Amino acid sequence: MINLETPRKHAGLVDQAHQLAMNMLRPISRKYDRAEHTYPKELDMLAALIDGVSETGATGGAGAGGVRRETSSEEPGTVRNGANLASVLSVAEMCWGDTALLLSMPRQGLGNSAIASVANEEQLERYKGTWAAMAITEPGTGSDSANITTTAVKDGDEYVINGEKIYVTSGERADSVVVWATLDKELGRAAIKSFLVRKDNPGLTVERLEHKLGIRASDTAAITFTDCRVPAEDLLGSPEIDTKSGFAGAMATFDNTRPLVAAMAVGCARASLDLTRDLLEQAGVVIDHDRPPQSQSAAAATFLRLEADWEGAKLLMMQAAWMADNRLPNSLEASMAKAKAGRVGSDVTLSCVQLCGTLGYSEAELLEKWARDSKILDIFEGTQQIQQLIVARRILGLTSAELR
Amino acid sequence: MTGSTGGPLARAVTRSYSFRMSLMNNLRPGGRHGLSSREARDPIGFAVAAVNRLAQSELIDRVGLRKQTEQVVYSATRNGFRVATAAGRQFARAGRRTAGARPASARSRGVFDLTPTDDEAMLLEVVRELADELLRPAAADADAACAAPEPVLAAAQEVGLPGLGVPEELGGIMEERSAMAGALVAEALARGDMGLAVATLAPGAVATAIGLWGTEAQQQTYLPAFTGSDVPVAALTLAEPTVLFDPFALSTTARRDGDGFVLDGLKSAVVRGADAELFVVAAMLEGVPALFLVESGTEGLEVEADPSMGIRAAGLSRLHLTGVRVGADALLGDTEGTAHRECVRLSRLAWCALAVGTGQAVLDHVTDYVNGREAFGEPISHRQSVAFMVADIAIELQAMRLVTWKAASRAARGEDFAREVGLARQLCAEKGMRIGLDGVQLLGGHGFVKEHPVERWYRDLRAVGVMEGAVLL
Repeated sequence: MINLETPRKHAGLVDQAHQLAMNMLRPISRKYDRAEHTYPKELDMLAALIDGVSETGATGGAGAGGVRRETSSEEPGTVRNGANLASVLSVAEMCWGDTALLLSMPRQGLGNSAIASVANEEQLERYKGTWAAMAITEPGTGSDSANITTTAVKDGDEYVINGEKIYVTSGERADSVVVWATLDKELGRAAIKSFLVRKDNPGLTVERLEHKLGIRASDTAAITFTDCRVPAEDLLGSPEIDTKSGFAGAMATFDNTRPLVAAMAVGCARASLDLTRDLLEQAGVVIDHDRPPQSQSAAAATFLRLEADWEGAKLLMMQAAWMADNRLPNSLEASMAKAKAGRVGSDVTLSCVQLCGTLGYSEAELLEKWARDSKILDIFEGTQQIQQLIVARRILGLTSAELR
Repeated sequence: MTGSTGGPLARAVTRSYSFRMSLMNNLRPGGRHGLSSREARDPIGFAVAAVNRLAQSELIDRVGLRKQTEQVVYSATRNGFRVATAAGRQFARAGRRTAGARPASARSRGVFDLTPTDDEAMLLEVVRELADELLRPAAADADAACAAPEPVLAAAQEVGLPGLGVPEELGGIMEERSAMAGALVAEALARGDMGLAVATLAPGAVATAIGLWGTEAQQQTYLPAFTGSDVPVAALTLAEPTVLFDPFALSTTARRDGDGFVLDGLKSAVVRGADAELFVVAAMLEGVPALFLVESGTEGLEVEADPSMGIRAAGLSRLHLTGVRVGADALLGDTEGTAHRECVRLSRLAWCALAVGTGQAVLDHVTDYVNGREAFGEPISHRQSVAFMVADIAIELQAMRLVTWKAASRAARGEDFAREVGLARQLCAEKGMRIGLDGVQLLGGHGFVKEHPVERWYRDLRAVGVMEGAVLL
């Protein structure tokens, strides 16, 4: 039966995340936007709180629960609302509070999502409690991640990793890094594997932290690997180079993380919408969903356009997560959600600044911050254009050789 | 011979002057021929315009009046000709003026789900076949003729579309409120053709309205006909041909007169107005919009063809109401504006579902086309500028669908859906039009000619942000 409401079983979780966002993130939001690179110590307590909630099984984690397709005890044919929906809904709430702080949440890194998605049972157990960052991008390789140059060479029971990674979210604060490296550059994308590297590994150096347009509370590191030795059992997934399945294993992580980034955009944009609506109402502008927009003020008409786009983005996000919960292939829907949410996030937050004038532009309000934070969400985990490429290939039935 | 007014010369001058004045009135810019009132004609402009008028009438005499593709009734009412409404059937009065039966709301399981129920899936299978086998093949001719062919209308009736929104106890087919099923059906039909979808759904709009807000008497009087084998042609009329039209601030009025009401005004977007036997007319009663049931043939009703940019197969018309007297039992729903407001929302919901269906038709068509069409030695789909347009159509279309489904499912469960349907309309009007526009663009010159259906979908999709009434879920 078609129903697009927040699942009843997740309503409590969403409320909880909203209260956390309102009472723990918002009060320190501006503080850590200004104090870039300062560790938000308040998050330690929040992380402990979230761990506590997760232990009870009430959540799918506040962020990077990963999207392991769990085996279900329910009878086949039963529609599931599980960890994926729980994750996107709670991430959206947390990013309504502050996107950068959500990204800084201890033990909720994108690396954790990768572990949860591709690690074997033994590794899952061994990595429990780690805070894992994700290192894919290199100075010369962004969207074409199959082209990475960081190498991993087998040497006895170890792999030796060499290369440079940039834009590693939580790269300084995390206690481990999931790094993508190639076993054999000649064999292309099939030879790309991910490794878990502990931060205390002497071959790993955090070179610098970036100064950024937005999400400043989140540390973004450049990391070099110099003859960095990791035990062979820290290779995630299968060590075999399977040229048939190719890149699929590594890319599967993205099917799981893209709805989460869509959720970040949805949450961040709603913060802007909520406040703008309030400020407009104080200025005497009433948003009426019944009257034709062209008969309302231009501000109200603009707001309605933004809200409609936002609703579309949110439902695409929920669709992608719902499909994952029900073990349906969701690569297309995940990319649709991220493409739509990414551009809507920018449009909404920037338009809200415009609607609110210098009040919106000033650091006196958070609207200008949200308009800076939202931009990255249309870039990382696959830019707008990469998502369009993926969607276009799927819809048109074209290979990556045909539609490049 | 010195009389100042009586002489033949004076009379001739007066005649010529008044002729010139009436001609000048006719030629004055301001809304006519797409000229704004800021335009002014100089003497040469008047002369040219006058010659042009003459040329036009000669032309008409020379080539004969109308192309034969147009239905006789419809063409007879074109160009400002008005005719009385169709001689309707007698709806035998029955029942009491107490509240009628109401469809039960669907119950929520509280689970996010995008799977139609088994009943909806079965219904959809039938409707999809109807759309593929009947609506799509008939679409181009129906568009040209400004009329829906009889076999299409008959098939829709056979499937039971007019009774879709009617409670089971009144002879309908659904146990519960069917806004969700209705949305899926409208979407599937419009994937075949939007104009024909509107024509086939219009009687159901009136039946659903009577099911939702009718008194027992109104339901007993009218609904049996809608669930029977000879369904009346019926039209839900909210729109009026004014700029910045607002369905909550109507120009059409109803005033109390004795035991009944007198209606005056002009309605537009009246589906198959020339054939309609029953109208639901929205009018302001004491400053509040209300709905009235008006049977065709009532004195003071005149219908005029109003061929428009698109959805031409629906035979759009205008309905003139001049001192139309109806009884107390004509009021459909309340006088506080509640039924009317609900009606506006449910009608918009239907237009959103139609936009999704036609958008899907565009996506299907352009996908095949850009993969087949070659330029510079390869399919044009291999170019990002082309492929990304297709990707965006797919993304926005799915967003439109989900927002529409959310509104429809809330309506079916009897929950407030004002916000959701408002957003759905906003999204479907804007993105739906964009899809129509890009659909033509992707085919280039081939999109502009009638060899391909995308030009029709372009015209049809413009309706979505414009229309009020006509259909309802």
